[in-house]
Amino acid sequence: MSAESSFSLLGNLGAQDISFVHAYENPVMSEFIAASAGGFMVVGAVIVIALLSYYRGWRSLWFDWLTSVDHKKVGIMYIVVAFVMLARAIIEAVLMRYHQSIAVNDPGILSPDHFGQLFSTHGSIMIFFVAMPFVSGMMNYIMPQQIGARDVSFPLLNAISLWLTAAGAALVMISLVVGQFSTGGWTAYPPYTSIEFSPGEGVDYWIWSISLTSIGSTLTGLNFATTIYKNRAPGMTLFRMPLFCWTTLCTSILMIFAMAPLTIATLMLALDRYAGFHFFTNDSGGNMMNYANLFWLFGHPEVYILILPAFGVFSEVISTFSGKVIYGYKSLVFATMSIAVLSFTVWLHHFFTMGQGANVNAVFGIATMLIGVPTGVKVYDWLLTMVRGRIRLSTAMLFSIMFLVTFVLGGLTGVILANPPVDFAVHNSLFLVAHFHNMVIPGVLFGMIAGYQFWFPKAFGFRLSERWGKASFWCWSIGFYLTFMPLYALGLMGAMRRTVEWFRPEYLGWLQVSFAGAMLLLSGFLLLAVQLIVSVRQREQRRVPAGDPWDGRSLEWSNSAPPPEYNFAVIPQVEARDAFSWMKEHKKAYLSPDNYEDITVPKNSMVAPVIGVAAIVFGFALVWHIWWLAIVSFTGIWGTVIARSFVTETERVIPASEVRADHEAWLARVREAPVTPREREDTSDNVGRAEVLA
Amino acid sequence: MNGEPTTGGAVETYEKDFRSYCIGGALALVLTAIAFALVAFEILPVFERLVAIALLAVVQIVVHFRYFLHISWHSHRDDLQLVLFTSLILFLMVGGTIWILFNLHSRMM
Amino acid sequence: MNTSPLSHPGLNLGSVDEYSHEEAEPVIFGFWIFLMADLVLFALLFATYATMSVQGQADGPSPADIFDLSSAFIGTMLLLASSITFGMASLALKYRADGPHLVLWLVLTFILGAGFIGMELRDFMTMIAQGAVPQLSGFLSSFYLLVATHGIHVTAGLIWMIVLLIQLRVMGRTTTVKLRIMRLALFWHMLDIVWVCIFSFVYLYGVTL
Repeated sequence: MSAESSFSLLGNLGAQDISFVHAYENPVMSEFIAASAGGFMVVGAVIVIALLSYYRGWRSLWFDWLTSVDHKKVGIMYIVVAFVMLARAIIEAVLMRYHQSIAVNDPGILSPDHFGQLFSTHGSIMIFFVAMPFVSGMMNYIMPQQIGARDVSFPLLNAISLWLTAAGAALVMISLVVGQFSTGGWTAYPPYTSIEFSPGEGVDYWIWSISLTSIGSTLTGLNFATTIYKNRAPGMTLFRMPLFCWTTLCTSILMIFAMAPLTIATLMLALDRYAGFHFFTNDSGGNMMNYANLFWLFGHPEVYILILPAFGVFSEVISTFSGKVIYGYKSLVFATMSIAVLSFTVWLHHFFTMGQGANVNAVFGIATMLIGVPTGVKVYDWLLTMVRGRIRLSTAMLFSIMFLVTFVLGGLTGVILANPPVDFAVHNSLFLVAHFHNMVIPGVLFGMIAGYQFWFPKAFGFRLSERWGKASFWCWSIGFYLTFMPLYALGLMGAMRRTVEWFRPEYLGWLQVSFAGAMLLLSGFLLLAVQLIVSVRQREQRRVPAGDPWDGRSLEWSNSAPPPEYNFAVIPQVEARDAFSWMKEHKKAYLSPDNYEDITVPKNSMVAPVIGVAAIVFGFALVWHIWWLAIVSFTGIWGTVIARSFVTETERVIPASEVRADHEAWLARVREAPVTPREREDTSDNVGRAEVLA
Repeated sequence: MNGEPTTGGAVETYEKDFRSYCIGGALALVLTAIAFALVAFEILPVFERLVAIALLAVVQIVVHFRYFLHISWHSHRDDLQLVLFTSLILFLMVGGTIWILFNLHSRMM
Repeated sequence: MNTSPLSHPGLNLGSVDEYSHEEAEPVIFGFWIFLMADLVLFALLFATYATMSVQGQADGPSPADIFDLSSAFIGTMLLLASSITFGMASLALKYRADGPHLVLWLVLTFILGAGFIGMELRDFMTMIAQGAVPQLSGFLSSFYLLVATHGIHVTAGLIWMIVLLIQLRVMGRTTTVKLRIMRLALFWHMLDIVWVCIFSFVYLYGVTL
């Protein structure tokens, strides 16, 4: 850290911080890789800009998307962020797997510093900028439709949450080109991440990108909880809600309460680094163990925030593609609630080895084993849903079945780890790494991919290619096992996590198999991209305008594909669980409403993107100590909020006549549409009017 | 100024609401004064004094909730559930943190 | 569905303004959730303070060395009084459709709140002048963070109050403005609750232990 007392317009920022300049000055392989990554990103951005200009998409981008407060658009944008960041984080993983597969008694291709950044960005991005946006986007898109609402309770706040997450992601992407990221892992434990041992800007990038997105997530939880409590359609009691909405509610409660400990932990770390405070320092009364405590008070509920929405997706997908009502609805609801509460009682199992007494460890170990029970209940409920069902092995269903097998395996290793004495042997080894990837990949990622396959036709009006979807599924599944099963073995053989070089030749074979698996995982991801491109090309033959391609059970399938801005021409009256199935069985689906009313929808607003961009500038300014810019951007953010509060015209009215015209036209198409039997579901015969099985 | 029955059947009046704030304010004042007096005049042995201060604080918090925030058993079920759940979370997080950190501290000495 | 007379926390407008009362329910519920999340934030600052005030003094001063109880008492009285005056403002909002009462009570609340912040800043400056800076020890770091976080919340409330006073003038007593005042009321009362914990568990405990 320079000790200059003179004012510098750009704070600590200098030319040597640009990654291309840095590589030029230090021409080694590791630097070239880093500079290429930065280069890829810049080239990618340029390509996007060029395409937008070529297709004259700027107006549409701004007016239809970036300023939209429609929960459906916000949801899609969240998922776009997730996929973009997934691309980066998967490549980082493949890079690390490759390096490790050759770094046995060999320095490999990555310097220790670079490797440190890679595992830090990989973890931080996957958790905060892939999984969180993916689940937030999925819940955003689907939940309001499933409860028969027009939007979430606070649409502008929803858009602001999206932009705060996008801002955090942008900061992480900027760190690829300007400066370096943290080498402290996604958990950023002090004192390693204190100013003394990590004097550069890396940890600050971590702190501010995470802080921005965590504020967004708290607000999202608030928004979804209010929507579910206060915005349900008439007749939609809590116990008639689809299970995806129950998991959304519990996830939201977790978001509301769990993000605060992270905010505190990062704020205290920031105060230590920026202002010389002593929260986590070695001397002067600091207590670095409190960091682990605070971080995991957040970290454990966080993983349940990620998995509960996936559980919700599986409930919907399994019941739909088994052609059966979900088995044990009430037990699934109570299991979800139990998981939500219990998730606040287990956090210490992430630091069994930190030095507490055996009694303390025992209490948390028991709580950890307890939390496996409600998940087990859910697995049985899903299996029993499939029993005596008429199962269709769609891509979404394949991912769900693979989840059932693989996730249970990972859960078993979790029960093993819940034992403090066992954990003492394998804590922070590759066994642990295998365990948590065994939960997140088959759990969260497969759940989100299944949800993406399942609801894509609803959102965009045409089905995805099942052929490419299945190809992707096999790559993801086999790739997962090949990559992570060797890590269990390696962990038991003593291999630790975050290791840049190995010295035991017996590790080599396992690491090579693991790398092969990683290439398969990358292929799985690329095949999803191929699936999308092929499906877009073939979209005319794949269209499902009638809106119900799979014989769906809940209300989101009762409107058009894509749905109108206001979701429902007339708010439905709900009579039972699986509301849309009930309507189809009682011949109440696709009836013309008696009367139409004007619909009030919120106007688009540039407040959210303005706040988002200001937040990026604010974070960047704090990272580089550009104080004048930090003050200006902070004032800009709050000034925007205050200015917006003076705006009175925030809604517009869609006249009843327009609603009537659009809705009646769609109803006419639906009534003409041929009913598609199950066997023809994956053909161009399917226009979205599925046969209802008795 | 005189109220008519609201959605729940209770009759609100200015007098009733006004009294709520006055009673709440008076109670809060008294509870605060007692707490400060206990310390200023060193009343009670130390441990009992600490317990008394804590109890006075808890009572005053309830007073604030009841008379200023109008949270009572008649509140909407969602609001009550939220307060109770928050209390549970606070108990787990604060209690857990203090237990863990004091346990660690005692093992460090 | 809802048969309770109180459809949301805080003073309910009820039959006095049925349209606003209906609009209030989801809006106030959302804000209530935000306050709960804020409470968790404060609770963790308290938990950190609880351990660091005992374990983290290092070579620095103890709480008893630096806390000024009479100053804390005056601040407490100011803040409590401001809660009562905000209650009066809420009553004016509900029962007096026009007239100067609402604005006057809000201005009085502002003055009392600003007085509280003034006293707190003065206290901090006194402590800093004595050398009790947050960079000295873990105890001091956690003390300043806890109390300053509360102070920053109060300051934000004061700014919010000014904005609302301007909006009352510019936009009038619309439903939107009313709902904002009602949310600020909840915020203000919640901050007084947090202060009860601060004067009890930071100042009174600090001097006693």
